Amino acid sequence: MGTENTVILDGVGVKRALTRIAHEVLERNKGVKDLVLVGIRTGGVHLAHELALRLEEIEGEKVGVGAVDITLYRDDIKGHAEHLPVGKTDIPFSIEGKKVVLVDDVLFTGRTIRAAMDAIIDHGRPSCIQLAVLVDRGHRDLPIRADFVGRNVPTSLKENITVAFDAANKPVEVVLEK
Amino acid sequence: MAFKHKDIIGLQDLTREEIELLLSTAENLKEINSRDIKKVPTLRGKTVVNLFYEASTRTRTSFEIAAKRLSADTINITASTSSVTKGETLSDTARNVLAMKPDIIVMRHSISGAHHYLAKRVSCSVINAGDGAHEHPSQGLLDMLTMRQKYGKLEGLKVAIVGDITHSRVARSDIFGLTKMGANVFLAGPPTMMPPGIERLGNVTVCKDMREAVDGADVVMMLRIQLERQGKTLLPTMKEYSRYFGLNRNLLQLAKKDAMVMHPGPINRGVELNSDVADSDQSHVLKQVENGVAVRMSMLYHVSGGELPTE
Repeated sequence: MGTENTVILDGVGVKRALTRIAHEVLERNKGVKDLVLVGIRTGGVHLAHELALRLEEIEGEKVGVGAVDITLYRDDIKGHAEHLPVGKTDIPFSIEGKKVVLVDDVLFTGRTIRAAMDAIIDHGRPSCIQLAVLVDRGHRDLPIRADFVGRNVPTSLKENITVAFDAANKPVEVVLEK
Repeated sequence: MAFKHKDIIGLQDLTREEIELLLSTAENLKEINSRDIKKVPTLRGKTVVNLFYEASTRTRTSFEIAAKRLSADTINITASTSSVTKGETLSDTARNVLAMKPDIIVMRHSISGAHHYLAKRVSCSVINAGDGAHEHPSQGLLDMLTMRQKYGKLEGLKVAIVGDITHSRVARSDIFGLTKMGANVFLAGPPTMMPPGIERLGNVTVCKDMREAVDGADVVMMLRIQLERQGKTLLPTMKEYSRYFGLNRNLLQLAKKDAMVMHPGPINRGVELNSDVADSDQSHVLKQVENGVAVRMSMLYHVSGGELPTE
């Protein structure tokens, strides 16, 4: 891998995509009332914070951001030689009756999203869960689709998509590795 | 960093990095215990057998809750109500338990080394919940987690451990763990309860006077005088023990301001710990119990993932 890399979204492209997603989230939910963002560790959490900044800029109101770690909810736990390190799930507000926008960087098989939804529902009963992703690369194993997509990228299974972040956890670019 | 052990027999066998991993996992798992729905599906379908040859409330309950919060099924076998009283040997009991296909056996046994013996003979994971006067790794880990939460690190801390060091598996696990993590351990206790040569375990200082150990300490760990063990023959009277090796408010003032007071429980009030200290803000006894569940979840999680691929 890494022999041929294509930049799918550069820094400006990522910013534009996030700004558009922010507007779509507001349009769909008619504002930020009862709205919270939950990012999937680790890339999704950084993107959730970016999205929250934009929502606040547009609406002038703060939106809660939580983080969910899906390690304990994985369905492929037996496939690993040893258990993966567990990250911290940190949802510092009640999600009871809230509209939860789940945020991840890349949507692939949908298994991560399934695990994240189970994790969220273990914290309470949200009124709905919507899904925002920066890149949808296809190849779903489960009946899951995103509500908000930054960029649809048809890929082959051999390819890999990485969202790069800088030291301040700001998204830098999206790269397709062949 | 990966955890590659099938069993956890003692902290002596673990590296600093492995202890670090167990602690940080426990820290991240703690959040589950404050949820409304205190359960994650991670160990669904796994069976944990709690095999207890010695009385225990705290440790057994804590392991059971830990396993249940990870969705494992738990079975408790207590020696006093099982066929052990009919004369069954450990290895026969183990073989019979094994025939029921457990994934993890959590055992407490009065003989040091019983776990080592068992772990070599069974294919499932074995976790030591206390063996004789050898080790009590989950207690050692929860003690370290409690200290780390307050001080952010273990390196450089002065930890006084006071009491019956010879018969204390808690002391041994604490010493192995803390010295590996770079803490300075100071021991105090009656000469009859201080094993000769214990300094050789590492960064350990034996003090003749309890005040020397407590002086400037960040943590004062009081051990329980185990009245059910040899306690009686090694001490003239409880009163005398309490006068020289009991912790009270005056003595605690020698330690650092706001030093932590810890105790593995159950407390003999007025013997090793005075009520004015046990019920003070400096006492972290209940915090230790709370952390016990998270630490045991971490142990169960990591040993159950320890199977190496068979290729």
